[in-house]
Amino acid sequence: MTKLVPVLSAHWDEKDSFTIEAYTRHGGYKASQKALAMEPDAVIQLVKDSGLRGRGGAGFPTGMKWGFIPQGDNKEHYLVVNADESEPGTCKDTPLLMANPHVLIEGCIIAAHAIRAKTAFIYIRGEVTHVVRRVNQAIEDAYKAGHLGKGIEIVLHVGAGAYICGEETALLDSLEGFRGQPRLRPPFPAIAGLYAMPTVVNNVESIASVPAIVLNGAEWYQSMGTEKSKGTTLYSLSGHVKNPGQFEAPLGITLRELLELAGGVREGHRLKFWTPGGSSTPIFTDAHLDVPLDYEGVAAAGSMLGTKALQIFDETTSIVRAVLRWTEFYKHESCGKCTPCREGTWWLVQILRDLDAGVGTEEDLNKLLDICDNIAGRSFCALADGAVAPIISSLKYFRQEYLDQLANKGPLFDPEESTLFAPSKAGV
Amino acid sequence: MTTTEIVDTITVVIDGFEVSVPKGTLVIRAAEQLGIQIPRFCDHPLLEPVGACRQCLVEIEINGRAFPKPQASCTIPVEPGMIIKTQLTSDVADKAQKGVMELLLINHPLDCPVCDKGGECPLQNQAMSNGQEQSRFQGVKRTFEKPVSISSQVLLDRERCVLCARCTRFSEQIASDPFITLNERGALQQVGIYENAPFKSYFSGNTVQICPVGALTGTAYRFRARPFDLVSTPSACEHCASGCDMRTDVRRGKTLRRLAGDDASVNEEWNCDKGRWAFKYVTAIDRLKHPLVRNDAGVLVEASWPEALAVAAQGLKANVSAVLVGGRTTYEDAYGYSKFARIALNTNDIDFRSRLSSDEEREFLASHVVGSSTTYRDIDRADHVLLVGFEPEEESPIVFLRLNKQFRKRALKVTAIASKLSIGLEKLKGDFVKTAPGQEASAIARQVLTAQSIILVGERACESVGALSAVAALAGTTGAKIAWIPRRAGERGALEAGAIANLLPGARLVSDAAARVDIAALWGVDSLPSTQGRSSDEIIAAVHSGAIGALLVGGVDPLDGAQIPESLAALEKAFVVALEIAPSEVTMRADVVLPVAAITEKSGSFLNWEGRARSFEAAVLDSLNRSDLRILSMIAQEMGAAINFSTVTAAAREIATLGRWDGARASMTPVSTPQAPELAPDQFILNSWRRLLDLGTLQKGEENLAGTARQTVAVISPKRAQEMNVVDGDLLKISTAQGSVTLAALVEDIHDDAIWAPRNSRGSQLLVHLGVGHGAVVSVAKI
Repeated sequence: MTKLVPVLSAHWDEKDSFTIEAYTRHGGYKASQKALAMEPDAVIQLVKDSGLRGRGGAGFPTGMKWGFIPQGDNKEHYLVVNADESEPGTCKDTPLLMANPHVLIEGCIIAAHAIRAKTAFIYIRGEVTHVVRRVNQAIEDAYKAGHLGKGIEIVLHVGAGAYICGEETALLDSLEGFRGQPRLRPPFPAIAGLYAMPTVVNNVESIASVPAIVLNGAEWYQSMGTEKSKGTTLYSLSGHVKNPGQFEAPLGITLRELLELAGGVREGHRLKFWTPGGSSTPIFTDAHLDVPLDYEGVAAAGSMLGTKALQIFDETTSIVRAVLRWTEFYKHESCGKCTPCREGTWWLVQILRDLDAGVGTEEDLNKLLDICDNIAGRSFCALADGAVAPIISSLKYFRQEYLDQLANKGPLFDPEESTLFAPSKAGV
Repeated sequence: MTTTEIVDTITVVIDGFEVSVPKGTLVIRAAEQLGIQIPRFCDHPLLEPVGACRQCLVEIEINGRAFPKPQASCTIPVEPGMIIKTQLTSDVADKAQKGVMELLLINHPLDCPVCDKGGECPLQNQAMSNGQEQSRFQGVKRTFEKPVSISSQVLLDRERCVLCARCTRFSEQIASDPFITLNERGALQQVGIYENAPFKSYFSGNTVQICPVGALTGTAYRFRARPFDLVSTPSACEHCASGCDMRTDVRRGKTLRRLAGDDASVNEEWNCDKGRWAFKYVTAIDRLKHPLVRNDAGVLVEASWPEALAVAAQGLKANVSAVLVGGRTTYEDAYGYSKFARIALNTNDIDFRSRLSSDEEREFLASHVVGSSTTYRDIDRADHVLLVGFEPEEESPIVFLRLNKQFRKRALKVTAIASKLSIGLEKLKGDFVKTAPGQEASAIARQVLTAQSIILVGERACESVGALSAVAALAGTTGAKIAWIPRRAGERGALEAGAIANLLPGARLVSDAAARVDIAALWGVDSLPSTQGRSSDEIIAAVHSGAIGALLVGGVDPLDGAQIPESLAALEKAFVVALEIAPSEVTMRADVVLPVAAITEKSGSFLNWEGRARSFEAAVLDSLNRSDLRILSMIAQEMGAAINFSTVTAAAREIATLGRWDGARASMTPVSTPQAPELAPDQFILNSWRRLLDLGTLQKGEENLAGTARQTVAVISPKRAQEMNVVDGDLLKISTAQGSVTLAALVEDIHDDAIWAPRNSRGSQLLVHLGVGHGAVVSVAKI
């Protein structure tokens, strides 16, 4: 029995799924009609009742976030959609927007109505020009069809490719034309966000989940998922897996089940470690195959659900090399605002390069952990917490491999073996 | 009247001690109240919190609920029930701080032995107090080319920078000069300027001072001294009337740098670049070292002090004499000149206004300025500030900073009666009441003010006939307060000291018999001269008519005034005793030249525009130069009319006994504005002011400072530019009967009848070359 429950991805297999015709054919833009006929507060209540939680990583209840916007304050309100998907491993918003951009547009119409905003901004990562073109076309079609331009406008903004701009306040700075660096909070965006006006910042998938909730009701959504993690979501499997891709399932599915759906780990190999929600979430090992992948389940096992980006690494992968690569990413993407992240990632990379080359002593592992302790929870935003998560968790599960590498005075793994073009070991 | 502000206080516990602080106080400052110093870099009490450096992490719990992570104490305001544990009582906070310090140092070059900041460096100090003994960093440090020049006066060493953003926040939040910004990211983040746009802020030196490391250094001071070799003296700035508190650092008799002092009621912690860097004139100019006396052959030769004093006394006694004293003397020196004129010369012919001035101004000063006290605090509370003949950023920069602070804080409304829209007014988003030069009075009369408003009147207002009368009338009908802001540091003190023809010291009128008796009693003389004296222009005319035969001249530059040829001729004609620090247009025409102490060599005080005393001690202690006061006292002694000031303290003590004057006050006879002149197509009315950085004598010898002066241009309106077929950069020749200047055109927002040019900048010395400053008709031709 398949556990797949395609809601967002229901019609992705149709050739023209991204067009307004296809979307309308499957009942698109009926939800917005329904929502616009409702009181805004009723829409907020509906989303609260559905139990929908933010899909950008933190899992904050979406309806509650909307409810924070002060009402009757005679100010402009803004909806901002965070489509700056940039984390290593995270790859759900890009296919979603390629396959069905209109569900986001309809979600924007409903959300903007609920928070009494006239303008919604979609902030898309600059590198994904194919997505930008597709969303642009969809917005144009939605205007032509009369869904937009009658009280609700959508502005598409293309970022310049900085990971930090996925942090909501840095995104707002960037959207305003400044360098993307996180803002001091309070004030929170709900009080003073974009252009100092009350603003809701939501992930693409969160907003795209709303039309179905409006059409089918809160109870329908509540009926899926686990006790505190309701509904369905996109799980993105990548790496050493037979059929990588998007798997939409109710929250609470396990990696064991997802791997079955994806055809298992790369032929002839076994699972070594994996990320539950992108590179900023502490890694898991094959001991965690049955952890329920909902917000509470993953947290209880010592990591975070994050963006449900399940990167699968088999036994050919060097943990040291993988962690080094991730750390290099965080060093490159540190915005530079605060000391722990800026200087810390600079230092961590140097230590990990040594360890990867087999240079160092066990004392260096303790130093590495201590530096991580001086970075985590000391930085301005959560980026640095994410940067040290793979290091700390890898030392928790694979300390011996680090030591073996040092004893070997060099790499233990042939990088080529972990590549997809490596000779198959099937049947060996 | 005083008002007590009721402030809500909040009580918190820090390291086990209770402290009550006003609501809104940041944790880091509440800790300071207890004497608990939490280390910090980005935090600055006058800048908005940023929370970037993370050095000030502490543990906080509120009503039993602890924050899960250490919090930056510089960003969190106190709340009721807060319990805060700093590094003194929390191992978590202590480790967090030591960890951040270690991280800050991994990319810091540790070139302390050659760094200007070494010895007074917050990074050095806090690395000692809150850091680890040993670094565990064994990797490769980030390197940059060092240093790079971000203006002619500021150098940037990016390796030393800890990216606290104090400098960029200062430039944006305090000076509204966002010439510098942070760019790039990660460990490569750096302070930078925009391409081809150097850090040309009048306030850039403050960034050097507040830099917590040696990343920003002053070009002039770089590698010159170690802080521990300097002797610091609290001082006051001698440049403008803002009244900045300063610190002068001297090594072996030579001033090496000056820093802004900390006076919350005046300059807060800031000053302008002129105040900070223009001090080399004291040594750069060829100082007078000995008295000089003109011999029978007409040549100035060195003389002994007794001889020079005798010749001076004899010449002043033998003639009807008058006193010209510049606007840069200290309050005590001005008081000495004032007393000297009345007692030794028996005259009221004394005027400190060695510049363009008018009788209307003299009446205005006596009736509305002397003894008054409008203050910076009034600006903080004003509902509306009206600027008349005053360009704060150029002429009194700290007044500009205060206006800007209130504009940024509460959108203070500022209105300027002016011919040209200025850069400063644009920053304040002020209302620009565009007025033809000379026609300010009618624009002033149209303003709507309240009793909470302030009229800031510049010294240039006297150049427009009727403007001061209109100010007086407007204040009279609305109850708005008046503040007169002269350009020079000594003018307000000279006014209060009675170094002017219609006033005795302490706002007492020459024309008031009771006032004369009061001062005569203080001075121990039988009577004081009772006829109102002459203004500086009238004194010059009287020399030419033969009514005055001798002049006592102190600190006057005749090239600053009107009618320069007449003034120079008068100096040739009269018997002149000159008190000066260096050879000048006056000393070369004088009969006796007496060298005096420069400002760093003597003590004294200035009265700033508020009338607030800004006293200072001698910074250079081993100078043999005497103050003006001491020399005047010696001449008076020689003349047999003692004024008895052997020390500055003696004069200050006598001034202190003056007390308030409750007698008659001056009234003002309104003067009406003449009709605007008819202009031919090639004619304009001249408008000008002195820029902060220009050819002023006190800026001599500081080329780095001069490098950030604004461009010399002639500004005309788009309409006139079109009529004359002029575009930006075309050369315009501005002429009067006396001469001409040729300047590059800049087409900007200015009254169609007006042309603006800087009054005393390179290539544009209007008083010298045109003979006029403001309101005169000039011919303009495109060449």
